[in-house]
Amino acid sequence: MTVKELSEKLNTTILAGDSGLDRDVTGCYIGDLLSWVMGRARENDAWITIMGNINAIGVAVLADTSCIILTENAPLDDIAREKANTQGIAVLTTNENSYNTAIAIYELLKEQ
Amino acid sequence: MSVINLTYDVPGDDFTRAGEASGNVKKQLRRLGYNSDAIRRIAIAMYEAEINMVIHADGGEISVEIYPNKIDVKLVDHGPGIPDVEKAMQAGYSTAPDNVRSLGFGAGMGLPNIKKYTDEMKIDTVIGQGTTMYLSVHVNS
Repeated sequence: MTVKELSEKLNTTILAGDSGLDRDVTGCYIGDLLSWVMGRARENDAWITIMGNINAIGVAVLADTSCIILTENAPLDDIAREKANTQGIAVLTTNENSYNTAIAIYELLKEQ
Repeated sequence: MSVINLTYDVPGDDFTRAGEASGNVKKQLRRLGYNSDAIRRIAIAMYEAEINMVIHADGGEISVEIYPNKIDVKLVDHGPGIPDVEKAMQAGYSTAPDNVRSLGFGAGMGLPNIKKYTDEMKIDTVIGQGTTMYLSVHVNS
């Protein structure tokens, strides 16, 4: 499943990083502490967080997550948006919480 | 392949630029065709060390040596030094200030992550003078 397909199925809004929408999603990770996430998220995980700052984009780049999903409408700041665009990291937003978002991703990945 | 040397100046206290050096190294290694596991490990370890420089030491200098079979990184800062390296290596131990924690850092996972992702790690630190860290990731082709 690509990030674009995931976004459509979860009914999220794409805030930035359109060039990253073709990436594969093979798993999911939830976390807000950046080093924790960087140490544990796997390549191509959809990363669910409320951290919409520039450093979160950096972590997504370095840990090779497929995208960032900001839950409960957590904001993405302007400088992070710019970085996400230049780095090709898709940032999606939803008003759902992290738990429900992860369940939905689990169901979608199970169908694959 | 000959050795490739890269050097970076890391500005202090600028979180908007933190990660630029490690992101750049990652890009270079991709271009050179290194395997993705090695790239990911050195990029994460270097980013953690870079962030530490920004948080604790007002920046510093990084030099990277790219060999066919390994990637060596040396990070030099002129910060306060690490009083208790053993304690700093413990997962969850952090001296990061609150403003840094609000950015999502300061989980006390920086040095443990570096240890986890590198094949070699060495810290030379002198109180009041600074810290030098040596990292190496071995590349399995």
